Amino acid sequence: MELLIFYPLAGFCVLMGLGVIISSSPINSALSLIAMMMGLAGVFVLQQAHFLAILQIIVYAGAIMVLFMFVIMLLNLKSAEEDTWSIRPQNTYVSVLTGFLALGALYKIACVISQAKLDSPAAVPDDFGTVVRVGTTLFTDFVLPFEVASILLLAAMVGAVVLAKNKID
Amino acid sequence: MLEQYIGATVMFIMAIGIACGMVFMTSVLGPKRHFAEKMEPFECGEKQIVSPHQRFSVKFYLVAVLFVLFDIEAVFFFPWAILFKKLGMFGFVEMLFFIIILGVGLCYVWIKGGLDWE
Repeated sequence: MELLIFYPLAGFCVLMGLGVIISSSPINSALSLIAMMMGLAGVFVLQQAHFLAILQIIVYAGAIMVLFMFVIMLLNLKSAEEDTWSIRPQNTYVSVLTGFLALGALYKIACVISQAKLDSPAAVPDDFGTVVRVGTTLFTDFVLPFEVASILLLAAMVGAVVLAKNKID
Repeated sequence: MLEQYIGATVMFIMAIGIACGMVFMTSVLGPKRHFAEKMEPFECGEKQIVSPHQRFSVKFYLVAVLFVLFDIEAVFFFPWAILFKKLGMFGFVEMLFFIIILGVGLCYVWIKGGLDWE
């Protein structure tokens, strides 16, 4: 039953991921990426990682995508359509390099998966990955990292204002 | 194990159904008076003055970055709100520190004029 839901969801994710890299319009790519993130959130729910699924939708599909959209809007769309990405010669090196990087990462992942004992699932408590469980761990065992996270956010705020505001004025 | 998601699944199906139903019904029942300007995807109904392909001000980007930061802050409130009674006073004080540190950040952004448009 779980596999019956997992395979359509995973297939949907892969299709949308392909859509991101194949479509020539940046807006279509961004929309495909949102759809892919939604599918991924579904996969997370299937793995009982409820909190991660919520984060995936709120932070990635909601907030990070807003940044992506703004980058697309800040750049001039018309000129991006005129000179296509593939014709510039220096991009060939970048493409080959990222291709090798991706190949290496995929090889590593394949090695890990082939060595993992998938027949015997690790013993985890029933509420593993739920909001209550993650929250309890976060607010009791990891109090200090949680508070440090707020300082990290503070630093990011200051950095954003200093960088962007000086440029505008 | 999957039974617990039946409620959420029904909600998703109903949400998709209502959204599709609204689009379908308006396209069937709504009045249709087409003319050239109305069918333009940009500034529909008016003769367009400027090109839709123009750069947006970088000011939007600062707002977007600040939105992301406060969005991540809000995410921490979800598990905290669920566990509020269980954590008791400790959780309250813990979150108070978190909010105070971010409150300093908000004050900084405000004083530096990060929230002003001009």
